[in-house]
Amino acid sequence: MTLTRDKKGVAGKAPYKVIGTRPLRPDGADKVTGKAVYGADVHLPAMLYGAMLRSPHAHARISSIDTSEAERVPGVKAVVTAADLPVIQDILTDLGEGVVNLRYTSNNVLAHDKVLYHGHAVAAVAATSTAIAEEAVKLIKVEYDLLPPVLDVLEAMKDDAPIILEDLRTTELGEKREGQTNIASHIQHRRGDLEQGFAAADIIVEREFRTGTVHQGYIEPHSAVGLYNDDGHVTVWCSTQGAFGIRNQVSELLKLPVSDVTVIPTEIGGGFGGKLGVYLEPVVALLSKKAGHRPVKMTMNRTEVLQATGPTSASYIRVKMGATRDGKLTAAEAYLAYDAGAFPGSPVGSAAVVILAPYKLDHLLIDGYDVIVNKPRSAAYRAPGGTNAAYASEAVIDELAKIIGMDPLEFRLKNAVTEGDRRADGPVYARIGFVETLHAAQEHPHYRAPLEGKHRGRGVASGFWNNWGGRSSVSASINPDGSVNLLEGSPDIGGTRASIAMQLAETMEIAYEDVHPRVVDTDSVGYNDATGGSRTTFGTGWAAYEVGLKLIDEMKRQAADLLEVDLESIAYENGIFSSNGDSLGFKEIAERIDESGHPVVASASVHPEEFGPGFGTHIVDVEVDPETGKVEILRYTAVQDVGKAIHPSYVEGQLHGGVAQGVGWALNEEYVYDDEGHLLNASFLDYRIPTALDLPMIDTVLVEVANPGHPFGVRGVGETPIVPPAGAVANAIYDAIGVRMTTLPMSPGTILEALWAQEES
Amino acid sequence: MQAFDFATPTTVAEAVELLMGRNGDARILSGGTDLIAQLKEGRRTTSLVVDVKRIPEVTELRYHPESGLKLGAAVPCVVLYGDKEIVAAYPGLIDSATLIGGKQIQGRASFGGNLCNASPAADSIPAMIVHSASCLIAGPDGQRSVAVEAFCTGPGQTVLRDGEFLVAIHMPAPPVRFGAHYLRFIPRNEMDIAVVGAGASVVLDEAGERFEQARVALGAVAPTPLLVAEAGEYLAGKPVSEDVVDEAARLAKEAARPIDDMRGSVRQRKHLSAVLTRRALWKAIERARG
Repeated sequence: MTLTRDKKGVAGKAPYKVIGTRPLRPDGADKVTGKAVYGADVHLPAMLYGAMLRSPHAHARISSIDTSEAERVPGVKAVVTAADLPVIQDILTDLGEGVVNLRYTSNNVLAHDKVLYHGHAVAAVAATSTAIAEEAVKLIKVEYDLLPPVLDVLEAMKDDAPIILEDLRTTELGEKREGQTNIASHIQHRRGDLEQGFAAADIIVEREFRTGTVHQGYIEPHSAVGLYNDDGHVTVWCSTQGAFGIRNQVSELLKLPVSDVTVIPTEIGGGFGGKLGVYLEPVVALLSKKAGHRPVKMTMNRTEVLQATGPTSASYIRVKMGATRDGKLTAAEAYLAYDAGAFPGSPVGSAAVVILAPYKLDHLLIDGYDVIVNKPRSAAYRAPGGTNAAYASEAVIDELAKIIGMDPLEFRLKNAVTEGDRRADGPVYARIGFVETLHAAQEHPHYRAPLEGKHRGRGVASGFWNNWGGRSSVSASINPDGSVNLLEGSPDIGGTRASIAMQLAETMEIAYEDVHPRVVDTDSVGYNDATGGSRTTFGTGWAAYEVGLKLIDEMKRQAADLLEVDLESIAYENGIFSSNGDSLGFKEIAERIDESGHPVVASASVHPEEFGPGFGTHIVDVEVDPETGKVEILRYTAVQDVGKAIHPSYVEGQLHGGVAQGVGWALNEEYVYDDEGHLLNASFLDYRIPTALDLPMIDTVLVEVANPGHPFGVRGVGETPIVPPAGAVANAIYDAIGVRMTTLPMSPGTILEALWAQEES
Repeated sequence: MQAFDFATPTTVAEAVELLMGRNGDARILSGGTDLIAQLKEGRRTTSLVVDVKRIPEVTELRYHPESGLKLGAAVPCVVLYGDKEIVAAYPGLIDSATLIGGKQIQGRASFGGNLCNASPAADSIPAMIVHSASCLIAGPDGQRSVAVEAFCTGPGQTVLRDGEFLVAIHMPAPPVRFGAHYLRFIPRNEMDIAVVGAGASVVLDEAGERFEQARVALGAVAPTPLLVAEAGEYLAGKPVSEDVVDEAARLAKEAARPIDDMRGSVRQRKHLSAVLTRRALWKAIERARG
């Protein structure tokens, strides 16, 4: 269902001809017939195959590495360790969903002096076959001096915790502190007078929450092919969300000029934030250099993916909120400690924004801590930090509403932010559609349907994501048959070839089928930030809009020449250029200039800042088996302000995907470690993402409150839908069995424990 | 994966000769759904893989209403549940056959392989136990038969001695008013491994109101799949009632001796042993009553 509440895009000339339709995706045939080339499908002449030696320990000093025996295995062409990496200084780079320090990235790619988590890469081998490389890896001798690991975020914050990075110092509210620590930073947002706010409350609820480490769970493992050519030029083929980001990281880590690195993005089988940073890419380049400039391919298996990539932070969150009996929030306090894995950079910053973003608050305090532990370095994961944060705050909102005896959507409506309100961390909202999602949820048949049967419950939760603009560039040229080739640098994950081509077709008033989009390498188009932050349809779509305007202007000039009239007299509408009664069709001009004129090409680059945030409100019905603790999702409805749905099917797909991942996070997904820090469940058997049988058909409502900052009103849509599910499911479980679940995942075992605790108390 | 020899014997004697003196280092290949993954991931090593699927006895499937079922050790699950008579006679077996892996896996995976892999959480073993299955083993000293509940001796460990391999599994024909069921608890709805599995079979009196015989078996609550003899002995002769079934479930819970691991805690597994035994018994009763 699509509900158009507001049509104001700056190019708002609705009704649209192309936008809002559901054409076939240009990459569809290749993908469903197995012809699409993904990371592991790249094969080059004389290619070698790599394998990685990974740390069996969570925390240890490397006292020696002896690779000599591995090097002697017939078929082995190169072995590399951190000693082969250039020494680099602190370099901060924004990958799109978080800033990272490349000195730490270098340490993550191949462990420098210590291994910091189970699965940390230590050395790599390139050989003439994968089997040889794997056997050679076993012959590398590493001596470790074991160190005590620390895995829990609150344990890691204690004064006597084992120190993971000796040089780390806390950045306390922007200032560096003295002394060794695992706390990388402490941030704070503060407004009003907390004491006064809580004094005005009739009811105060305070709860603590814990959430486990979860992985993005993309189906395609990381894979990269590297060719370090004899002339010093490096080419990398890889599955990535951002080819330019990979180019920049490889260039910095290997100390190469950026122009000496070309990255060719393959098709990508999911990323969700986990394919922004480098893992294999610098390693295959190093191996290639050492192996006589032969190309080298490395593909991770699932265990390596789970041990050493992703995941997102486990967290400890405390939320305290006060409200009056008539349903007005008076104050809120939140404390968030997020584990970043072995290197600083958890998403606690965005979590601290998400946690109170939907609500008007005069008095608030938010403290956030970024803490390192002996787990894989955290990577962005769809609305980084948001799911944990909203799980906590939406449960407390629900509890307040229940205590007051107010409908939970009504309670949210009474406190919902609208245009002109200040977000918890400061910025003032432009036009947003939160209230509209609450109204749409209230009016939805799901919310009114009676819920019958024992142990069944209904929950709702809302969520916010800020989205991102970033930089996008496209180039386009007009073919003699009047079609348009569109070159873009945004890897297509969620159908963006289609959604970008549709915006170009709408702008140029041509058919969608006449636009041929192609995702090209870093040498073939201007700079593009990654496909991340829900930015691609918004930002690269905007670049396509700009290039469309330029192409039409150029076509007008051509039309004026052909009609022998003044440029100013040319009008363009519905594919026809006209002047004083004479006219020429778009395709006719294209054909004639091929014979006599000059080719029509254009490029555009944008860096938009007004990337309207997204709000969603979810409704879920569950049934809990009180004997086993298992939760069945009976019905799910996701309502979201999407700005303008360019291709509604792919927008609905984003909502489905966000809900599916959010439900997995809510119910079963978590990393399980033993006391020594070994990851025990590094497989999809025991790391349980939902299967098709674990979810019902997910209903969606696309509310269109146009983003005034985009020509067609687009808002990012990909991340918001993963924010509410855990909170919504928790609230539904409470409704079903009367237990407030405060740890993620809410797995059968933890629900049984909670039920037993309830019986015993 | 390391290099290994590969052999394809066509007779039982030839296979025994290949296995002799390998002291358990040789591996039998049936459907390969466990073995190939284990070798690829380095969880097992071997110097010899013996594919037994060309030995006629190993792929034979024969059912007779009096003599029962002879299930060759390499017969895949799909063949079993593709046979209507077998489906009607061995419902507990079929429950487990449809739970193991997805359709593709069921096309290769065999009950014999599941048994020899000897996972404490194997779905097919409690089902075979409640169907009173026995294992036909060939070896240098000829053939011997072992009750299925005695076949596994620990995780990944079996009674097979040097030179021996599993040829077939035999299950007696079910008596009248027989019913059986196997179910497991998994956190998801598919693609998962049992936190606890429970099988039950019953033979009821003519009125369908009294247990004549019963068998209860559990998976994932001990180093091997477990026959809960106490529960079967208790039920024999008792009326079918909620209290009686609950008591049998309690006995199953008593018999369970699980460990804490990432798939479940001791308390959760003991609790589930009772819940699943009760559910398995009621379903078996429903089936016995027709």
